Amino acid sequence: MTDTPIWKTLLVWAIVALSLAFAAPNLFYDRVEQHNDAAAAIEKAGGSATPDQAAALAQWPDWAPSGIVALGLDLRGGAHLLAEVKVADVYAARIDALWPEVRDALRDLRDQVGNVRRQPSPEGVLRVAISNPAGLQAAVEKVRTLATPVVSLTGLGSNDIEVSSDNGEIVVQLSEAERVATDQRTIQQSLEIIRRRVDEVGTREPTIQRQGEDRILIQVPGIGSAAELKTLIGTTAKLTFHPVARVTADAGARPGPREMLLPAMDEPNTYYLVEKTPVVTGEDLTNAQPAFDQNGRPAVEFQFDPTGARKFGDYTANNIGKPFAIVLDDQVISAPVIQSHIPGGRGIITGSFTVEESTELAVLLRAGALPAEMTFLEERTIGPELGADSIRAGEVAALVATALVAAYMIASYGLFGTFAVLALAVNIAMIFAILSTLGATLTLPGIAGIVLTMGMAVDANVLIYERIREELRAGRSPGAAIDEGFGKALSAIVDSQLTGLLTAVIMFFVGTGPVRGFAVTTGIGILTSMFTAVYVTRAIVALYIGWRHPKTIIV
Amino acid sequence: MAFRLKLVPTETKIDFFRWQYITFGVSVAAVILSLLSVLFIGLNFGIDFKGGTTIRTESTQVVDVGAYRGALSDLGLGDVSITEVFDPSFRPDQHVAMLRIAPQEGYEAVTPEVIAQVEAALLAVDPAITFPSVESVGPKVSNELIWKALLAVFAGSTGIWIYVWLRFEWQFAVGCVAALIHDVVVTVGVFSIFQLKFDLTIVAALLTILGYSVNDTVVIFDRLRENLQKYKQMPLRDLMNLTTNETLSRTIMTATTTFLALTALIIFGGDVIRGFVFAMLFGVVIGTYSTLYVAKNIVLMLGLDRTEKTRKERAKGDHEFANIDA
Repeated sequence: MTDTPIWKTLLVWAIVALSLAFAAPNLFYDRVEQHNDAAAAIEKAGGSATPDQAAALAQWPDWAPSGIVALGLDLRGGAHLLAEVKVADVYAARIDALWPEVRDALRDLRDQVGNVRRQPSPEGVLRVAISNPAGLQAAVEKVRTLATPVVSLTGLGSNDIEVSSDNGEIVVQLSEAERVATDQRTIQQSLEIIRRRVDEVGTREPTIQRQGEDRILIQVPGIGSAAELKTLIGTTAKLTFHPVARVTADAGARPGPREMLLPAMDEPNTYYLVEKTPVVTGEDLTNAQPAFDQNGRPAVEFQFDPTGARKFGDYTANNIGKPFAIVLDDQVISAPVIQSHIPGGRGIITGSFTVEESTELAVLLRAGALPAEMTFLEERTIGPELGADSIRAGEVAALVATALVAAYMIASYGLFGTFAVLALAVNIAMIFAILSTLGATLTLPGIAGIVLTMGMAVDANVLIYERIREELRAGRSPGAAIDEGFGKALSAIVDSQLTGLLTAVIMFFVGTGPVRGFAVTTGIGILTSMFTAVYVTRAIVALYIGWRHPKTIIV
Repeated sequence: MAFRLKLVPTETKIDFFRWQYITFGVSVAAVILSLLSVLFIGLNFGIDFKGGTTIRTESTQVVDVGAYRGALSDLGLGDVSITEVFDPSFRPDQHVAMLRIAPQEGYEAVTPEVIAQVEAALLAVDPAITFPSVESVGPKVSNELIWKALLAVFAGSTGIWIYVWLRFEWQFAVGCVAALIHDVVVTVGVFSIFQLKFDLTIVAALLTILGYSVNDTVVIFDRLRENLQKYKQMPLRDLMNLTTNETLSRTIMTATTTFLALTALIIFGGDVIRGFVFAMLFGVVIGTYSTLYVAKNIVLMLGLDRTEKTRKERAKGDHEFANIDA
């Protein structure tokens, strides 16, 4: 057998040692997890540890590798939601906000265009009629001056609105570039707000990811159910304060211009006609806390930022004695009468809340409102017991599979079979080491992938050993036969494994959830098995030959 | 000589083409039967592809499918299927059932109210019942998933086809892909005939079968190419037999280890992934069969151009990557 350069052998053994070291924390999963949680909590608290945390921290040495594989929802239990953000909602709001501007701009041209009226139109389109048709061109030109360039990479050189004339009316809508830019912003904002809301509840390692154009994937381990998660993130939580025009019991009451009809949240058959334009909105809030009012009922205390505080102060000073509606997601929580000027921007919302509701509302108000509504396309809840059962089943299956494959390999190839089994053990350690270092998530199909890898990984060993047998039969010396076996089998090994790798890559990119978990472990398994079957087995064989100097070998 | 377990004797001289018309006929018949079954019986799609909701129930009391059905019939949920689940790993007092509810008209995903109603109705029948998992997929996502799955299988086959074509002559690529299509179609056919649940994980299993089957075939082709250089005068049919016999022991060895690992998984791996493992297990068997009896037969039918070429010409030919010793 030709000698492999010493540095190569050392490198192989170094990689094996590192893999074992980085896979080891997974054997003490609970302990290392508690250690890591404690370490994170201590860092968050700025270095001070509670006795419990210190005890948890001491369970695992600081110098040792502490990466462990993250367990997927199907193994740990938790909730999974796929939400679609209704990005088009935002267009309508943008266009509605444009109307006062358009009106004011055209007022300057009154002698040319005459009277200006907003016409009924589909959502996201503003149609404006003018009484003097001759001035249409001038009006369109004037409205065009309101446009601002879109700031984005793709929409370079285009404006945010498109103004045209149709049937003697001015038509304003968002340009394609602006829609793309708006969508982008809406999704970013939604992601940020969902993240804040989930963080407020404080569960471990939530996954909040954008998927495709307008979707968000939310996975929260350890939460009781998808329904619970949905109430947390599915509420828009848009808080606004409106002047009240009238209170009525008639659900069919017709709101006047610039008014809207809103139902009361807790009183049936009570409706409020409120002014459309809010005085202040939740965007001006800096803080919200659950509290109790003077009668000891649960309430939410809030604090406005300076702009909000001024608007709120001015309005209350000018409208003492009038009712004022506090509106959450188009429902009136309460409509107190303004007793006095409220300076400083502090206030309290009372309604018929329970303590849980007031706490939840405070969380939602603090995290901010979602820019658009969401619909849920997919929901999954997996209980922690089912996850634990799955882990147990996976472990048993993996152990039995290892035993069967090992027994079969040793029965077929004797000592060389043992070498292959050692290489297989290294292979499994390497898979876990890589998964832990990458922070990849292990799922139940992922475990199946590892078990499958055990069965298929020995294929490379089989190819090599069969080749060695043939070379031995052809009358070569042990050393030469081993060299030839490893050398000639390599092409077949690479050929056969590449196709497996190819399908794993495709699964990873096309698949979702469970399929991805499977693709990750089989893909990594194929790569590591090529290394262990060829290099590690060879290093073990070299050790054996160097130690025993056998005259003949039996494979 | 030390003891060695040998499923395949050291020297074999099996004529793999002896029954070639029968084996080929059986394969063609199996493919046609599978296609007919998929067309006329259809597949038992899981919620990944059809939309709807599955609820897993667990109780210390024996599952009474009739009582469950009765409890749910008043809710007006449309089509509800209830199946009891058995698994050797369950405790004696662990009784599990799977409920499947068709997608509700007008909703993307099932509403929490519907789930709460279902859970309340079942709790009335069996107070000890718990719900370890509730999954709901809307029709929008399920339609996309179907396309994604088809795309994945198509991309997988195309990738493999291109790869084999680059490495070998085109006849090999055709043979290889025919074997792959055979394996995938027959596996899907079995899922259709026995109405086993077909979901996203089964598609992953199909892709794995693609990878496995081609792995097996490529090893034989690799050796065949080597032998084509070595025995220039031997008729192609004999050469193929020689090659297959030479690699037979490896083919069986690898099939056996994979089979053993998957058997452990299907018995002990729990009911959640049983369908997935079954698809792979079946795929290993049929993949091995197609390697021995389908892929080569097609190459033999197509014939190979064995006129003498110099290495240089070969390198320039339509298989310029053939001589890479990776």
